Amino acid sequence: MARAVTKQRKTLNTLVAWAVGLLIFFPILWTILTSFKTEAQAINDPPLFLFFDWTLENYGVVQERSDYMRFLWNSIILAGGSTLLGILVAVPAAWSMAFVPSKRTKDILLWMLSTKMLPAVGVLYPIYLLFIELGLLDSRVGLTIVLMLINLPIIVWMLYTYFREIPGEILEAARMDGASLREEILYVLTPMAIPGIASTILLNFILAWNEAFWTLNLTAAKAAPLTAFIASYSSPEGLFYAKLSAASTMAIAPILILGWFSQKQLVRGLTFGAVK
Amino acid sequence: MATQHSRSAARLMMAPAVVLLLGWMLVPLSMTLWFSFRKFLPLRGGDQGFVGFDNYVRFISSSSFWPAVQTTLVIVLGVLIITIVFGVLLAMLLDQPIWGQGIVRILIIAPFFVMPTVSALVWKNIFMDPVNGLLAHLWRAFGADPVVWLTDVPVYSIVMILSWQWLPFATLILLTAIQSLDGEQLEASEMDGAGFLSRFIYIILPHLSRAITIVILIQTIFLLSIFAEIFVTTGGAFGTRTLTYLIFQRVLESQNVGLGSAGGVYAIILANIVAIFLMRIVGKNLDA
Amino acid sequence: MHPKKSLLTATALALVTGGAAFAETITIATVNNGDMIRMQGYTDQFTEATGIEVEWVTLEENVLRQRVTTDITTKGGQFDIMTIGMYETPIWGANGWLVPLDDLSAEYDVDDILPALRSGLSHDGTLYAAPFYGESSMVMYRTDLMEKAGLEMPTAPTWQFIREAAAAMDDPANDINGVCLRGKAGWGEGGAFITVTANSFGARWFDEDWNAQFDQPEWKAALDFYVSLMNDYGPDGYATNGFNENLSLFQQGKCGMWIDATVAASFVTNPNDSTVADHVGFALAPNSEGVEKRSNWLWAWALGIPAGTQKEAAAKQFIEWATSKDYIELVAANEGWANVPPGARTSLYETPEYAEVPFAQMTLDSINAADPTDPTVKPVPYIGIQFVAIPEFAGIATEVSQEFSAAYAGQQSVDEALAKAQDITNEAMEAAGYR
Repeated sequence: MARAVTKQRKTLNTLVAWAVGLLIFFPILWTILTSFKTEAQAINDPPLFLFFDWTLENYGVVQERSDYMRFLWNSIILAGGSTLLGILVAVPAAWSMAFVPSKRTKDILLWMLSTKMLPAVGVLYPIYLLFIELGLLDSRVGLTIVLMLINLPIIVWMLYTYFREIPGEILEAARMDGASLREEILYVLTPMAIPGIASTILLNFILAWNEAFWTLNLTAAKAAPLTAFIASYSSPEGLFYAKLSAASTMAIAPILILGWFSQKQLVRGLTFGAVK
Repeated sequence: MATQHSRSAARLMMAPAVVLLLGWMLVPLSMTLWFSFRKFLPLRGGDQGFVGFDNYVRFISSSSFWPAVQTTLVIVLGVLIITIVFGVLLAMLLDQPIWGQGIVRILIIAPFFVMPTVSALVWKNIFMDPVNGLLAHLWRAFGADPVVWLTDVPVYSIVMILSWQWLPFATLILLTAIQSLDGEQLEASEMDGAGFLSRFIYIILPHLSRAITIVILIQTIFLLSIFAEIFVTTGGAFGTRTLTYLIFQRVLESQNVGLGSAGGVYAIILANIVAIFLMRIVGKNLDA
Repeated sequence: MHPKKSLLTATALALVTGGAAFAETITIATVNNGDMIRMQGYTDQFTEATGIEVEWVTLEENVLRQRVTTDITTKGGQFDIMTIGMYETPIWGANGWLVPLDDLSAEYDVDDILPALRSGLSHDGTLYAAPFYGESSMVMYRTDLMEKAGLEMPTAPTWQFIREAAAAMDDPANDINGVCLRGKAGWGEGGAFITVTANSFGARWFDEDWNAQFDQPEWKAALDFYVSLMNDYGPDGYATNGFNENLSLFQQGKCGMWIDATVAASFVTNPNDSTVADHVGFALAPNSEGVEKRSNWLWAWALGIPAGTQKEAAAKQFIEWATSKDYIELVAANEGWANVPPGARTSLYETPEYAEVPFAQMTLDSINAADPTDPTVKPVPYIGIQFVAIPEFAGIATEVSQEFSAAYAGQQSVDEALAKAQDITNEAMEAAGYR
């Protein structure tokens, strides 16, 4: 609904929008800045904004203490693996819900979403015992499956809303031409659904990346992702703001960069296709 | 258009997702139910047999139960109200032509990517600390006594942290919705002499209702189960204990799995009441 | 001792236990305290000497507890060594969840471990975890501010003197708080501190029949004293301050006095981290006038091996290395005597170099003054000073300390907090079948 406005109006809008944007972004900016300070500068009163001796020391200390790359790699594998696995399971399900709806389709969808409301901590012991039984503790496989299951309802829901936007006539036409079900999905549906699938992948990657309960409680050394990395930096002894900031920056930077590069798709993804 | 053949194929394709989720729900759920009827104290010889509804009675009659339910609702509602009100305002602002809109959007979306643990740690220490926190510096710079955020206004502090995390989400959805609003309709109403307020109430808000429903649905799902933000900041003290946190305390801190499981069953019931309620509105709104 | 020599010793050790032949990896869960992080830095030397690789899982204290407790109670087997304290060790040992450390080598000299620690980490006379460092609590104060105030800190101050000194040193204009104390909720944080304070006012958690005692006048006296002291002379937001927060305040010169763990002494006197390193004095933890018990606790971070691990031999080897005399000397050679893990071994306090460290004697005296079997004035049915060594305590004390913290924050009165504490405790003890 953007309309032509006067220049003064646009200037004013720009100023306000930038002010709000910077305000919202400020905590992240400040954390990044603090990560380049010494511990003493980090708590200086008045606070130091840009003019301090920039140092990389904190990053060195953090890296020496915990092998960042190992945690990062686990985060990438877990988030990526669970998202892809989720897509594999969810695409057929969402397809059938969107194109062959039955009376119960909506109920099933809502039920799926409701499984996300179960309080995770209530089932920690059952799941932990189950994982011991299956030998899955501290394994990437086990955690990938759990993360996939946690996010599956969201994936199905999102894909379903995208698929529903695809006009059914196209599929019918393809079927008239003698396309099999497999071909229909592979050559007709998928290309049209790529943008939707892409944003679904993105959003779920972020959700899996940030999941901090299961990733912390079901891992030890081998499968621990960045959420476990950060758990060793909360309240250590003495002054720690700068080191905490460096560790925080390292934990969020990859996802922040990924998110920024793909924010257009993400915006679409976030709306669950329900908002046009 | 669906033939018998495609119907059975559809069922087959839905099967993996449904079976997996059913398993993910039923296996832990039945184990939780089983534990909730037993006296299960891991630090005291483990499972000590069937105790009927003891755990259920004990959990709900504990003095912490109702305050926890109340805190849960206050936090969820508080965050929903803040993110939706400010989300609508921000969306309307960003919808105006401005210079550098792409960058502003990037700035606003950023908090959504931040891990909850990191966001809680940063807010608690670097911003809200009453001595070295940035907000305390700011207060002192104006000659005011620093607010001790996490003890003076604990619940609001947590609502604030959560709102910061979820405002981007709400703003983006609402922005997308507002951008699809028909400009001509607005202009016409403007020419009819409708003021900003009436335009907002009669045209913009109804148009946004669907998007707002989505925001409510998704945020509620995530907000009901928040944990890291409380664990890191107050550890459940100062009246910030939510139902999820209370269960955590019973299961892990008190090591009473039976009691915690009974709490888990209550939480599931509560979540389902909320869910049914939500689904009603959402279901209606999504069909439209 | 030179690091090279310690390497040789470690090798000898390895040969004795005979684990050097094949590469094994042990997983160790530990807390993110300074001494443990330092130990991680020296792990390479252990690996070089023994061929055993070490994987560290370093977590913040609360997360660590939750993580290792889940694992040990379910026999998850995720860790070969767990860092646990004096509270967990006897309980877990009694349940048979820990490998008894009754066959440590002769060089290790298990009799060198301070008796108070050794008995606290044992069950029925069997040692279940080896102390990495031990601590009590004591008063740390600013000598320069004390002098300015015209007061002199006695070696064994009373709470009444602490209050007087706090009033004299408190200087809001210069950002100096008279006294900094823990108020943070959590049984190991503010819960521990208020419990020892209560001990020194003659209060106890339970009477001989396991009835909660929060309705007794001693508790009210202790809590009233603490709250009024901290409201008058404590820092803003003390209700959320734990050990780390106070350490950071003291290092920045914002506290006149700080009563806390003896291990903090090496941090506040380290000129690299502390702006007041040259002006710190030490005294015994206070008591209330007329009460014989002082408010000093006893704690140790120790390394234990969960029963059922496949790598028991390698794990024992690591424990022998990390809690040995040689390790202490290794740290001393590289970082100075003030930075060695304190409070675990008698021989450390007989080392002439260590005797010169200003806080050494006070630490030892404080540890020796603590008696877990006789924590307060009246008789109690439990063992433990700042905790009650029963499995239910962690849960109860965390909730109780949350009520206390709410009182510190002014959200409720001391009386309300005590009444709630009484209910919470009795309710939980009933559920656990004590009453």
